[in-house]
Amino acid sequence: MANEINIRRGIDWVTVLLYLSLVLIGYFNIYAAVYNPENPIAIFSLDHSAGRQLMFLGLATILVTFILFIDYKVYDSFAYIFYGFMILLLIATIFLGSDIKGSKSWIKLGSFSLQPAEFAKLVTALALSKYLSSQTVNLKRFSDLWKAAALILIPPVIIILQKETGSALTFAIFLVVLYREGLPGIYPALSLAFVVLLILSLLYSKWYILIGLVVLAVIFYYFILAKRDRKRQNVIRIAGIVLLFSTFTMGVDFFVNKVLQPHQQKRIKILVDPDADPLGAGWNVTQSKIAIGSGGFTGKGYLKGTQTKFDFVPEQSTDFIFCTIGEEWGFMGSLVLIGLYLAFLARILYLAELQRDKFARVYGYCVASIIFFHLLVNIGMTIGLMPVIGIPLPLVSYGGSSLWSFTILIFVFLKLDAHRSYKV
Amino acid sequence: MLESRKQVILFFFFTIGIIYISRLFYIQILDPKYKSFEVTNAIKREIEVPLRGQIYDRNGKLLVQNREVYNMYVTPREVEDLDTTRFCRVFNITRGYFDSTMNDAISYSKNRASLFLRQLSKEEFARVADAMVNFKGFSFEQSFFRTYPGHTLANALGYIAEIPKETYDNQETPYYRKGDYIGLTGIEKEYENELRGTRGIKFKLMDVHGADKGSYENGKFDTTAVVGSDLYSSIDMELQQLADSLFQGKVGSIVAIEPKTGEILVMGSYPTYDPNLLSGKAFSENYLNLIKDPDKPTFNRAISSFYRPGSTFKLVQAVVGQQQGVIDPRTSFIGSYSPMGCHGHGNHHMANLNNAVQFSCNPYFYNVFRKIINNSEHDSPFLAAREGLDRWHNMVGRFGFGRKLGIDLPGEKSQLLPDIALYDKYYGENGWKFSNIYSVSIGEGEVATDVLKLANMAAILANKGYYITPHLIKGIGSENSGVRKELLEVHQTGVQPQHFSAIYDGMQRVIEAGTARRAYIEDIPILGKTGTSQNRKGPDHGIFIAFAPRENPQIAIAAVVENGIWGGSSAGPICSLIIEKFIKGKIERRAFAEQVKNTRFVTVAASKAAR
Repeated sequence: MANEINIRRGIDWVTVLLYLSLVLIGYFNIYAAVYNPENPIAIFSLDHSAGRQLMFLGLATILVTFILFIDYKVYDSFAYIFYGFMILLLIATIFLGSDIKGSKSWIKLGSFSLQPAEFAKLVTALALSKYLSSQTVNLKRFSDLWKAAALILIPPVIIILQKETGSALTFAIFLVVLYREGLPGIYPALSLAFVVLLILSLLYSKWYILIGLVVLAVIFYYFILAKRDRKRQNVIRIAGIVLLFSTFTMGVDFFVNKVLQPHQQKRIKILVDPDADPLGAGWNVTQSKIAIGSGGFTGKGYLKGTQTKFDFVPEQSTDFIFCTIGEEWGFMGSLVLIGLYLAFLARILYLAELQRDKFARVYGYCVASIIFFHLLVNIGMTIGLMPVIGIPLPLVSYGGSSLWSFTILIFVFLKLDAHRSYKV
Repeated sequence: MLESRKQVILFFFFTIGIIYISRLFYIQILDPKYKSFEVTNAIKREIEVPLRGQIYDRNGKLLVQNREVYNMYVTPREVEDLDTTRFCRVFNITRGYFDSTMNDAISYSKNRASLFLRQLSKEEFARVADAMVNFKGFSFEQSFFRTYPGHTLANALGYIAEIPKETYDNQETPYYRKGDYIGLTGIEKEYENELRGTRGIKFKLMDVHGADKGSYENGKFDTTAVVGSDLYSSIDMELQQLADSLFQGKVGSIVAIEPKTGEILVMGSYPTYDPNLLSGKAFSENYLNLIKDPDKPTFNRAISSFYRPGSTFKLVQAVVGQQQGVIDPRTSFIGSYSPMGCHGHGNHHMANLNNAVQFSCNPYFYNVFRKIINNSEHDSPFLAAREGLDRWHNMVGRFGFGRKLGIDLPGEKSQLLPDIALYDKYYGENGWKFSNIYSVSIGEGEVATDVLKLANMAAILANKGYYITPHLIKGIGSENSGVRKELLEVHQTGVQPQHFSAIYDGMQRVIEAGTARRAYIEDIPILGKTGTSQNRKGPDHGIFIAFAPRENPQIAIAAVVENGIWGGSSAGPICSLIIEKFIKGKIERRAFAEQVKNTRFVTVAASKAAR
């Protein structure tokens, strides 16, 4: 009894409220996305995605109850076991998984399909938190960094083998967590530099970038570096960085044109110029932008979207759900949704920083980072700022696996948070 | 140090958020390109083309009719379990046609309807209708094409065809789409705006496959199509068909006008063609054949052929001379000089005006025109001619010569009525006098007209001094309403009525005892005048103008038979039969009509072919 009362008091209702707003926005917009004005189906009917999403939500409530009643220490204690079990499941999926749209990432359980990859993030977050919360770990030490990196990189490697590249990319965001926990700033800085270089090398000829790099290096050496630092040693260092970046640029060029499969090449080229092939590979991006753009300031009104109604936008209830919101609710709706997400992220980071237990803090950062990465890629692709990568909009996109994995991810953190006062 | 990192991370998250919000602000609010109907591909503008107006003759008979046809479309995705052999048998098509058309349709779109068979008649449609239950994926759409039940009046009616590229490009307001039909000549062109009606635009919702998903915003922005107006023509179809038969084997033109109203009863240009040739599937082939024909059947001679009026012009000289006071009905020119001879009659024909008209006396009208031109105080014949010609030009111009009458047809020509400027150009300023221009006195030289103007002149004579703009359409939408105002305008020539009456006896004697005895009808008093239009390229053209009956005239008529030489023998009989038919309602002189039909003249084309 006492435990229950304490949980009700200790749970962060602000986060719960934000969670509820997001899942409800998701539910109503999934209904809008599948709504057929000629043949409207009742919102509760299980014959369409919205009805099923409601059922998923019901199951999520059971999951939440379950999480809140389990001892919070379980997550810390069993983190590695969960992780190990997940690795086995992911490997098993490669062999047992059913083929859905060319990806072998789904396991069929009766009439339901489950995507283990969706849960891999969660388990990796737990394992990483467990590892980083150990007193002896220091990310400045190369040996410790390697172990952390291995924890993060094993699941996505298997997921890539399932041909589910989108989900695999998510794991990159753990860099943010590592940074928070003491990873030298040079790593995220270099990563960011590489991302920028990557985008530049897609946009411009590699030769321009190479020349640009050399010019920047010269400017840096003669104008920014203090006179006393202009030593041979630094010349070598700068030359080394330039060489590294140049190799990367050449590598991107090679990678895009020689290594990537044609459909992946297209997705990246469309990001650079969606108008290049508006009816072919650029179709999704163009249609998605038209749907969102046609919403205007206040939108066309609930259930009145025309672009999203008639299948111009593909995957409208799952990966492209943001189009429905943008079209029917306009800029105001988009603003509210992004605002809610930012508030959600800020609240989790705020709570994470309040944790006295390092495990809970690291885990909080994992939760925020994973949600952030999904927003970054999902909304980014609908408005043409990111390549089309099929990952869902957290809590809003249709789909049981995604909804449950985010629900567990968030409520495990809330459970940990609810017990923060007991920590000394 | 690690504490500051939480701010870096938060800052990073919010920076991305702000970038995304800015991007959304740009595409949702600032950038107009995503908001127009054109880009919003879920909303299709569907154009509803209304039925084109039909055209009736003055007795309610259809000159131009829309005939229902059915086009068959196929939606490849919906085709199921098709018995191809049976299908081909039912529609009487070859397997090759089936395969190639079906492949085209599939490569166009599996979800959208493609045209499969064109223009099935109503009867064919009825025959196959029952079998259609077995042929899923095929549907019919009603369409129309122009038919011409009277097989006549080709040039005046004109034709419709796909909009030419140039017309399409030069539209002031973009109305037509590529491939739309538009009136290209004749009434179809002149009354295009009335005939075509108003297009409806429906904004329809489409899904990505192009399937119809109902109307947009409950049709708030839709406009309904308004059917094109029917036109009521003044043409008498039976009379027109009679003219066609009388003109068979001849080249020329005929126009008949109801003098009191200016309504055109007959407008023929020969050789003519069956207007049905330029409608439907064989348009291009037939069009090319018509264009290649050396007798130019597509050229409307009634309003654009260049003929000298010949002796018929003497009637104008007669009334203008009286109005100017230089002659009166008793004026005699016996003993006067003339460089022109007469058609083998004696000087007594110059005894008075009516005699001169009856026998078409060249010397008499030479003298009349000389008096008109030299009617001046100037001593110099050059200056006198200037003044005289100017006065004459103004008066004769009011008969419609040298200007467009304003008929409701495209392509009417002004033709030629000489003025000071023209002769100054030929001879230099003040370099000409009456002796240079006298051939105009008998309708030769620098005066030229078309058959419409001649028929209009006959109407002026019948009306004793005025005419109403000759026109073909006397009702738009319903009979006798909606006619353009300028078509009902009364044009006064400024010549007093008694001057016309003064030559009536002479005109009647032309038929009874003059040059047009072959045009005589026992119980209808016809007043007319023959003419011969000089032609450098071959035999002269025969001209005849007339109106009838003398009291309360009902019909004014003019005809030119090219290379027919004498108007009295070529054009006269044709006009006479038309008058008979119009006034009596039937032809009593059957044998005579047959004889006229079978008369042939050596045409330019025929003589060329003979060579």
